[in-house]
Amino acid sequence: MGQVLLKSVRKSFGSAEVIPDLSLAIPDGSFTVLVGPSGCGKSTILRMIAGLEDVSSGTIKINDRDVTYREPSQRGIAMVFQSYALYPHMTVAENIGFGMILAKRPKAEINKRVGEAAAILRLEHLLDRKPKQLSGGQRQRVAIGRAITRDPQVFLFDEPLSNLDASLRGQMRVELAELHSKIGATMIYVTHDQVEAMTMADQIVVLNNGRIEQQGMPMELYIAPKTRFVAGFIGAPSMNFFEGSIASQHDCDALGVRPEHIGLRDDDGDLTGRIRHAEQLGSDTIIYVHHDDYGQITVRAEGNRVLDIGSTVHLTLPAEHLHRFRNGFRIQD
Amino acid sequence: MNAEQLAARRRQNRAGWAMALPACLLIFAFLITPFFMAFGLSLTNQRLISPNPAEFVGLRNFERLLGVGLLTLDPLRDENGEVRLKGGEPEYPRIRSFTRGNPDYPRLNRMREWFRIDLPGDRQLVVLAKDLVFIKALKNTVLFVAVVAPVQSGLALILALLINRPLRGINVFRTIYFAPVVISMVVVAMLWRFIYDGQNGILNSLLGIFSFGAIEPISWLGNTSTALPAIMAMSVWQGVGFHMVIWLSGLQTIPQPLYEVARIEGATGWQTFRYVTWPGLRNTAILVMVIITMQAFTLYPQVQVMTRGGPLDSTQSLVFQAVVRGYEKQDIAGGSAISVLLFLFVLAISLFQRYLTRDRD
Ligand SMILES: Nc1ncnc2c1ncn2[C@@H]1O[C@H](COP(=O)(O)OP(=O)(O)OP(=O)(O)O)[C@@H](O)[C@H]1O
Ligand SMILES: [Mg+2]
Repeated sequence: MGQVLLKSVRKSFGSAEVIPDLSLAIPDGSFTVLVGPSGCGKSTILRMIAGLEDVSSGTIKINDRDVTYREPSQRGIAMVFQSYALYPHMTVAENIGFGMILAKRPKAEINKRVGEAAAILRLEHLLDRKPKQLSGGQRQRVAIGRAITRDPQVFLFDEPLSNLDASLRGQMRVELAELHSKIGATMIYVTHDQVEAMTMADQIVVLNNGRIEQQGMPMELYIAPKTRFVAGFIGAPSMNFFEGSIASQHDCDALGVRPEHIGLRDDDGDLTGRIRHAEQLGSDTIIYVHHDDYGQITVRAEGNRVLDIGSTVHLTLPAEHLHRFRNGFRIQD
Repeated sequence: MNAEQLAARRRQNRAGWAMALPACLLIFAFLITPFFMAFGLSLTNQRLISPNPAEFVGLRNFERLLGVGLLTLDPLRDENGEVRLKGGEPEYPRIRSFTRGNPDYPRLNRMREWFRIDLPGDRQLVVLAKDLVFIKALKNTVLFVAVVAPVQSGLALILALLINRPLRGINVFRTIYFAPVVISMVVVAMLWRFIYDGQNGILNSLLGIFSFGAIEPISWLGNTSTALPAIMAMSVWQGVGFHMVIWLSGLQTIPQPLYEVARIEGATGWQTFRYVTWPGLRNTAILVMVIITMQAFTLYPQVQVMTRGGPLDSTQSLVFQAVVRGYEKQDIAGGSAISVLLFLFVLAISLFQRYLTRDRD
């Protein structure tokens, strides 16, 4: 029911073309994450789906209905903003039930629906508070509650967690994923945090300069990135790229290897470098190796490795984990 | 911090104070001193130029200004006890018989009639005032505030809402609406005298044209019933741009996502105003109301230029009376007393507004 289709959508602000020509299909019930660097047009796409921004050309369909020129309230969507966008003078209950207050629904119905949303989000004890008496995570849950009571076909999230601290973000990620499986509605989620993208999405759309670089399941993007941009964007720490002689040996102009796939040896390897810095994360260790020809190489080793800064290490590049790119595109094996 | 740094700091401080000194002196001489002098003078019988030394008279100036009295009148009756009629109306005794040295009514001595109210049984209640001109000035000023404050702030808000949108050429409108603010009120008042002129003023010409001559020319400033409304209308026009700018700055502090949520939730234009705009303007509203009230209470240049309090005291104002008494009648003590009263009114109203708009959470 909540399928979203964008067909040849363009968007310009004045003379600046932000979205050149974008077609995108978001299946019903999916959790689709739009990722990309800052300014690539993620929010613009989301706002066009919401109807807060007009399209310059193209059509948008939600649930097989052309909504290109519909008012936001007529599209069957709900949106959650990064800034929460709660009304400071209203209580939590009024904020959650705002749409029903506007529609002048009976008090009993409002209370019932607000109660249901509050129960899902564990906000029951906070219903009489004002937003400024809440923590960031609670505020964002109120904003999500307001979206739930709209009972939309499509939820739109614009970086809802980026104002929260890291541990709270992790907790909210889980809650949102649970919410998705509970409600089953389509969710479109914008972020530039690729951990959020990898963990929550069943479909990721990687954007760059208003264009889709690649669209697919998180593991697809991780295992077989179609472009060098996607390869560098998905995965943390970022993939290493080698150009020059070692790339030519593999018949490409950029050879990519993820930090977690590089092997670390004391005796012999494909490359030899000097350890410049190591970050011990407990579960694994991120090692920054300097190579005279290729510059900095990032290596991720499992476990807690104690290494001497400045010492020489040998690196191996396993053949099954090499990504070859020519002119920015993947060479299929 | 060592001794040398301390000395440098102290030198800098001294230089700062030295630079602020002229301004401080001027503020002290022309603002703070007169403020306290007004309090002092209002308790004396000081005159502007007088050979006699001033004497302390306590609150007599205030008693004279604020003194009001009540008098109930029975209609005059003839020998048979029937109410005497004059032109179909009951006839009453003359007020002068009570207020001119009548030993039975010492309190009413030298008072003048302000207005009268009909009571049941043909009786009348007469309200008298010791200083009728002042009482009228007070009434006019309060009326002026009561009309101008809501009308001006409301109009300014409407203009701000109309102008607060990203349209091309919107700055032209902002400039037009703001232009009267930068023109001195004295100049504005002079210009509006031509607009309101009784013979060939622009307003009369326009009314004549649009009613095809049905509306006769009105002497807007020469008529007791139109003079004060005319001054109110002009004052609203002159100040509305200033308050529009304050509202605009308030509007721009409301985060855009709050409006976007309202759009998504399907709010109508009025609902958006009621639930998003107006609550977001709360602090601005307090500011605008306090400023307008204070400005309106000090109504003076319009009156001075356009009507000088006339016709028949229908446009007297408190500040105008303070000036007339203090300088034209040389009664500095009386003028000071009016200023002190004005200060107390404005203070009281501001405190009351603060109370009404206090943060209830
Ligand atoms: N109202 C606007 N007027 C003009 N340009 C705009 C407007 N809104 C966005 N843009 C431009 O469009 C581009 C895309 O903006 P958008 O907000 O969609 O980026 P984003 O991917 O959401 O970035 P971020 O991750 O920083 O939020 C940017 O270059 C931005 O400057
Ligand atoms: Mg954005």
